[in-house]
Amino acid sequence: MEEKPKNQKRKKLSLDPRLSEYRGIWVFIEQEEAKVHPVGWELLGKARILAKFLEVDVGAVVFGGNQAVVDTISKDAVAYGADIVYQVVDPSLADYRSDPFTECLVQLVKKYKPEILLLGATSLSRDLASSVATFLETGLTADCTELTIDLENRSLEATRPTFGGSLLCTILTLNYRPQMATVRPGVFPIPLPNTDRKGTIIREQLQLNEANFITKVLGFIPDPYKASEKLSRADVVIGGGRGLKQASHFSLLRELAMLLGGEVGGTRPVVQAGWLEAERQIGQTGKTIRPKVYIAVGISGAVQHRVGIEKAGMIVAINNDPNAPIFDYADIGIVGDFLEIIPAMIRVVKNKISSTYDCLKKQGVGKAEEL
Amino acid sequence: MHVVILVKQVPDSSQIRVHPQTGTIMRQGVPAILNPYDLFALEKALELKDAYGSFLTVLSMGPLQAEAALRKALSYGADEAILLSDRAFAGSDTLATSYALAAALKKIDSCRKIDIVFAGKQTIDGDTGQVGPGVARRLGLQLLTYVQEIKHIDYEKKKVLVHRKSEKGIQVVSSQLPCLMTILDGHSAIRYASLPNMIRAAKAPVKIWNRMDAGIEDISKIGLKGSPTVVGKVFAPQSSRGPAEMMEGEEPEVLCSILLEKLFKKYPEVEKEVLQQVR
Repeated sequence: MEEKPKNQKRKKLSLDPRLSEYRGIWVFIEQEEAKVHPVGWELLGKARILAKFLEVDVGAVVFGGNQAVVDTISKDAVAYGADIVYQVVDPSLADYRSDPFTECLVQLVKKYKPEILLLGATSLSRDLASSVATFLETGLTADCTELTIDLENRSLEATRPTFGGSLLCTILTLNYRPQMATVRPGVFPIPLPNTDRKGTIIREQLQLNEANFITKVLGFIPDPYKASEKLSRADVVIGGGRGLKQASHFSLLRELAMLLGGEVGGTRPVVQAGWLEAERQIGQTGKTIRPKVYIAVGISGAVQHRVGIEKAGMIVAINNDPNAPIFDYADIGIVGDFLEIIPAMIRVVKNKISSTYDCLKKQGVGKAEEL
Repeated sequence: MHVVILVKQVPDSSQIRVHPQTGTIMRQGVPAILNPYDLFALEKALELKDAYGSFLTVLSMGPLQAEAALRKALSYGADEAILLSDRAFAGSDTLATSYALAAALKKIDSCRKIDIVFAGKQTIDGDTGQVGPGVARRLGLQLLTYVQEIKHIDYEKKKVLVHRKSEKGIQVVSSQLPCLMTILDGHSAIRYASLPNMIRAAKAPVKIWNRMDAGIEDISKIGLKGSPTVVGKVFAPQSSRGPAEMMEGEEPEVLCSILLEKLFKKYPEVEKEVLQQVR
């Protein structure tokens, strides 16, 4: 494995003059079926912060097959923090394909020379980032959870979990530009959009020749379920681990989640055991979520899981083992049998709902409807 | 049909512990295994062998101990194993690794034309998923990542039809051989190794190639020199929260009422959402 500390390498490096022309931070805005993946906005928020240190502009890159769609996305990109939007619109870019997307991004980077290029760590953008970095022969750090700047040599410090989340390591791309990184969705907050922001839109004309692209997209089967999207957006998430003992106990978590307007997720072992769909896996090899409230039930709290829930507003842990590691990084802990605690919680929430209802009813039915 | 499967020997990350004081990895006793995601790629290749009688070569890069992982792959039914091992590769990042593997693949291709290269979607130690795509780009192979299913291969016309996973669904994609596919996990688990294959694997030679065997003359592209990224620091994750405030000594319902009050106090919007259900 490449990840050994090489601190001696961190001496002040005078950047190759050819590379010091590289300026600015770019974010690739990923879209599918005219819908932007939220990680694009998350990255624009982070890019703005980094850009302040480097005193540079933030660029957004938007590709697509339809001018109107790309224009709408570009406008949003400006609202979320882009100063310049680089558009490429071409029929060859209608669906994601590695070849045409790589060709366009490589050409844009060569022409405009950004010093940092950020992409989401999604299946689409990981494919694109690896391809582009290989063509440009530059460094790419995968799946980052933190980005900072070392001002001394304008280098991007990209921190990522490694060895299944047991360790974090900070990776630098020293004498190469651009410095590339993919970032896990859900790690950074989505900034508030500001529709008054002004930005420049550049419509880049690239001559793409469809005959050069061997791979064709024949169709698209949308995932009707979209559990993973619901999980990412939920304010309340109830996570289940091996401590649930059997698949059927997930129904208790589902009932509680429904009452709290939330979603159910779980650890890698329960997904591997087939108790829960893979789309709902939380952690290093699953999703990173940032709900307001996360309730971990029967989860011991291995680092692999921790990586996925650290950004929750409040973490509540319920476990019958008082020494479970999850209590080390939760906000509130309850030691006990979830088969007693979860049903009790369900009753408490139901009582609260019905007493509110009774209270409103006393004040008149009209009020109840108003709420 | 000649299929090459890229595999890696990795420490079993689920068994890794971090030293509480020094924050370093405690490797002692952590078993080295064949990267679990590679097994899905290997199984897909074995299915092609069943259907088309394909010749399967497994290729890995790593220290000499990685021979064990290749032998494992042979025991499942691969035909030939090559380990790329040279001190000059030490410290390679994903860019340098893909350079070395691409060189070895060129060499392999010159003896026996390669039709498909398979790789796992990522490894469990580095977790990057970058080496497969990098290799495809360096060799000019068609790149198909996150393949869930190979629907059809027309070996005569060199055509392939696959389902690949995207964020919002499944792309139905046609492409051409030769290509490189990274295989998604979770669809077909690896078969059991058969006894004859296990016996064969124990005796079969694993070819060890150094950089010259792979035809790499320019050492500026491999090892530390060929790696744009360097590791600045390694540290154990610190939590800004915890240890948890423990709630105890009451009946479950009392504990839950207190808990709910706390949640709703911090997040009134969650309470509002819950009470919406009164409607």
